[in-house]
Amino acid sequence: MEIEEVYSSRQLDIKEGKAINELIARSQEVIPDPDRWLDEELERNVLVTSVDAVLNWARRTSLWPVVCFPACCAFEFITTEASRFDLSRFGMEIIRASPRQADLMITAGTLTWKMAPQVKRIYDQMAEPKWVIAMGACAVSGGIFRSSYSVVPGYNRIIPVDVYLPGCPPRPEAVIHAIRMLHKKIARRSLIAEDE
Amino acid sequence: MLADYGYIGLLLALAIFFAVTTLLIPFSLSLPARLTSYYRRFQQYLETRYPFMTRFVPPLPRFPRFMQIVPYKPNPAKNAPFECGMETIGKSWVRFNFRYYYYALVFIALDVMVVFIYPWAVELRGLGLFGFIGVLVLIFILFIGYLYAWKKKVLEWK
Repeated sequence: MEIEEVYSSRQLDIKEGKAINELIARSQEVIPDPDRWLDEELERNVLVTSVDAVLNWARRTSLWPVVCFPACCAFEFITTEASRFDLSRFGMEIIRASPRQADLMITAGTLTWKMAPQVKRIYDQMAEPKWVIAMGACAVSGGIFRSSYSVVPGYNRIIPVDVYLPGCPPRPEAVIHAIRMLHKKIARRSLIAEDE
Repeated sequence: MLADYGYIGLLLALAIFFAVTTLLIPFSLSLPARLTSYYRRFQQYLETRYPFMTRFVPPLPRFPRFMQIVPYKPNPAKNAPFECGMETIGKSWVRFNFRYYYYALVFIALDVMVVFIYPWAVELRGLGLFGFIGVLVLIFILFIGYLYAWKKKVLEWK
């Protein structure tokens, strides 16, 4: 008895190409970051603000990044992670290989459309609540590869981005600055404004 | 009361604390969000399959937002058992070569030998001749097993 081959490599190629073309057609628009709540003056009461304070403190001091390093910005991120700049000061020393244990995606590098479905899938698998820092020029806007047919012009075409970090590549100090900005953003988060 | 059971009682208390903090509290805090999600899906199902039934289903009372501390936003990728950027292809019922089974058996025997020999080698001088002969007996027994496996042609890959 022979084991039937479910997909031949040609079938796989066709399937993948179709999925990528669908994704390109679907993601022509920029996904806006739902951050209206940052400026809104909310109706706050004591119970909710106390719970908010505790929750936001817990969330922002134990951000666990997921591995999403498609290109060269990863080296700057590794430097940030290593002993000189020491991300463990922010409770981020554990880079999770599993998206289910992570709540921050630092997208370090150029993203091609071929890789885009995988990144989107990893983002989908991350636990709520989750945040994204678009690190580097390529992640913000496509960078110098923007005009290429195969490069995603900015991660915000496929996933909502919270903090944009320019630079080619950004220095570790800039990465830490972006992380501090994200901390400030999380600190303003309220349960009342949490989107559906 | 805990002292009646000795220190194992403290371990039990720790186990209960661990279960409550990691399982019970997150699950109960996510219950309102879960209920809302299930109920909404049920309503959608009714609307698509039995539209006339929707008038008999009362709307779910809205939970206060502060009860939804743990968010519940499922999607197919998150609910899938396999966590990876790539989608799974093919079946999970693949067949392996039967010879891996022999390999596993021989590996376990030699692995046990390694586990015994490493601490013995560290304390070789302290244990003296008795320890040396004891380990020689162990190696001899395992060597007989190795010869048996060799004779049964486990080491050949055909």
